[in-house]
Amino acid sequence: MDTAKRKEMLRKMILVRAFEEKLEELYQKKAMFGSTHSYRGQEAIAVGVCAALQSTDLIASYHRGTGHLIAKGADLYKLLCECMGRADGYSQGRGGKMHMGDMAFGFLGNTGTVGATVPTATGAALSAKIRGSKEVVVSFFGDGAANQGVVHEAMNLAGLWKLPVIYICENNQYAMTVSLEKSVAIKRLGDRAQAYGFEGKTIDGNDVEVVYEETEKAAAKGRSGGGATFLECLTYRWDGHFGGDPGTGYRSKEEIEAWKQKCPIKRLKNILIQEGNLTEAEFATMTAHVYAELEEVAKRAEAAPLPRKAVDLGSIFAT
Amino acid sequence: MAKPMTKTQGAVKEMRVQEALREALRYEMTRDKRVFVMGEDVALFGGAYGVTRGLLQEFGQDRVLDTPISEAGMVGLAVGAAINGMRPVVEIQFCDLLPLAMDQLASHAARYHCMTGGRINVPMVVRNKFATRPGGGPSHSSCNHGAFIHFPGLKIAMPTTPADAKGLLLSAIRDPNPVLFFESHHLYGVRGPVPEGDYTVPIGKATVRREGKDLTIVTCGGMVLKADAAADQLKEKGIAIEIVDLRSLAPLDKETILNSVAKTKRAVVLDEGPMIGGISAELAAMIQENLFSDLKGPVVRIAAQPIPPPHSPPLVDAMIPDVEQVVAAVIRLAEGGRIV
Repeated sequence: MDTAKRKEMLRKMILVRAFEEKLEELYQKKAMFGSTHSYRGQEAIAVGVCAALQSTDLIASYHRGTGHLIAKGADLYKLLCECMGRADGYSQGRGGKMHMGDMAFGFLGNTGTVGATVPTATGAALSAKIRGSKEVVVSFFGDGAANQGVVHEAMNLAGLWKLPVIYICENNQYAMTVSLEKSVAIKRLGDRAQAYGFEGKTIDGNDVEVVYEETEKAAAKGRSGGGATFLECLTYRWDGHFGGDPGTGYRSKEEIEAWKQKCPIKRLKNILIQEGNLTEAEFATMTAHVYAELEEVAKRAEAAPLPRKAVDLGSIFAT
Repeated sequence: MAKPMTKTQGAVKEMRVQEALREALRYEMTRDKRVFVMGEDVALFGGAYGVTRGLLQEFGQDRVLDTPISEAGMVGLAVGAAINGMRPVVEIQFCDLLPLAMDQLASHAARYHCMTGGRINVPMVVRNKFATRPGGGPSHSSCNHGAFIHFPGLKIAMPTTPADAKGLLLSAIRDPNPVLFFESHHLYGVRGPVPEGDYTVPIGKATVRREGKDLTIVTCGGMVLKADAAADQLKEKGIAIEIVDLRSLAPLDKETILNSVAKTKRAVVLDEGPMIGGISAELAAMIQENLFSDLKGPVVRIAAQPIPPPHSPPLVDAMIPDVEQVVAAVIRLAEGGRIV
C-alpha cells in the first residue's frame, strides 16, 4: 500500500484517539452531557474500513461511533457540539453522541439500541441493489450486537438477496462487562456468516493495513454483485464501557496491558519508521498538529450556545 | 422526483377496499420508481388478503419482494432503504405481529427525523391488517392501534371506505415520514366508489361521515359500521347522530372532532381497541379538556374489554362493542342531557 495513504491512516487514527481523549476530559469536567463510550484501542477498524471505501459508499454506526464518523469524514465541530448538547451539533442537541445521521457524508445514522442499525445498513444496501447503483454499505457493530435477533434477520436477508453490505463486527471481547465466552458457545463470530450464505473471516482488527485490505476486497465483491461479507475484527477497548466505568473488575490489568502492547497506532508507526518512511520527529509533529486542531475545535464547541429551552413540535415530522 | 400523473377527471369506479388499496399501490409504483413492496407472501401469492395480487407480474421481482418470516428484519431493512432513496411499502399480515418490529418502528424509524436534527427522513409505509373477529384468537385478531399513538414521529392512518383506502395509501406512500397503515378486516370486502387517477386523502384529517345535531360519535376503522347502524336505530327514536371518522390517529384532527362536539354538546367515543390508555382514552380526555363547559353530559367511552382477543364467536361478541351497547349508551346520555 502506498506510503501517503498509510500516513493518512496513521494521522486519522491519532485523530480518532485524540477525540476520545478530549471527550473523556470534557466528561471529567462535566462539560459533556450523558456518558462517553471510548473507542481507544479500536482505531484501526474505523480508519482501515473507511479508507477502503469510496465517498459514495455508506456506513451505519452504533453507540461507540465517534471513530466511525471521524473516519468517514464528519465535521469535528458539529460532532463535538452534538456530544456536548450544543445547538450547533449535527442533531442540534436532540440526539447526543449516540444519535446522529447525515447522508451528506454517507452516514446512515447510529442509535443506542444495540444492533438496531444492522438492518438499517442492510436496507440501504437493498436500495443500492434495486437502483442498480454501485454503492457499498458498511454496518459497524460490536460482539454484543451479534446476539440480537434483528441482526440475524438482517443477515439472512443480505445472504438471500446478495446485498452489497459489509458487516464489520468489532469484537472487543466484552459486551459492557460480559465477556464473549460468557455470551456465545462458539469461538469465532465470523463463523456465523457461513450460516447466512456468505463469506465470513476473523481478522486482526488492530492491524489497519489488514483491515483496509480485507474491506477493499469485500467492497469490490459487493460492488460487482458478489453479495455480503462478514469481517470479525479482533480488538480491545482500552477503557471502560462508558465514562465512569474503570474497565477493571471484569477484566484483569494484565489483559488490558497485553492489548495495549498491540496498539494499532504504535504498530503502523513502527512499520513506517522501520521502512524509513517516517521519522520520530515527523510523527511528533503529526501528533502535535492533530491535538492542536482538536484543541481549537474544542474551544469553539465549549463556547457554542446550548439550544433554547423550548419544545419544537415541528421537529417531529419531515414536511 | 416523480411527477403526478393526470388529475382525476371526476371519473369513479366501484370497487372493494382491497382493490382500492391495490389500485393505490399500482398507481404509485407506476408513477414513482422508488416505490417497492415487501412482505410475507406478497409476491407470488399476492398477499394474505390479495391486496398485492398481480403486482409481481406487473412490476417484477426487484420491486415486489417475498420475505422470509422476519417482521423486525423487513421493517428494519425498509428503514435503511427509505433513508437511502427508496419508498418501501411493507405488509405485516396481522397487527399482532407489529410488536416484533416495535423497536425498529417506534424507537428507530419514528425518531430518526427529529433525532438527526432533520437531516434524515424515513419515508416508509407499514401496512397491516387488524380487527377482533372470531377464529383469530389471541395472536391473530388484536386491535393494538392505540399503543402506537404513544410514539411521536409515527403517522397512523386507518381508512374506512374504498375511496379513503386509495387516497390515504397514496398520501402515506408520498409522505416523507414513517406511516403505520391499519386496514380493518371488517372492511376489506366493503364496496364503494373510488375516484380514478391521482386521488389523495390527507393524513391527519378526519371526516364527518354522517351529520346530526344531537350527539357525536367519534370512531374509526370497522367501528364506523357499528356507529352507522346505531345511528339508524336512533334516528327512529328521534335522535340525530353525527359520526366523526378519524381516518388518522396521528396526527389527530382535533379541529374536526371539537367542531362537531361543540355543535352537538354530547360525545360518545367508540373504539375496537382496549379502553385503558387507548385512543378512546385520549379522545375523551381531549374533548373534556377543551369543551368541558359546553358539554351536557360526560364523554362516554365504549371500547373493547381488557382481555386477550378470544377465539370463539360468543366470547368475541362479549369483548368488542356492539350496536346495542352504543344505542343504550346514547339513550342514557340523551336522557341525562334531555335530548328527548
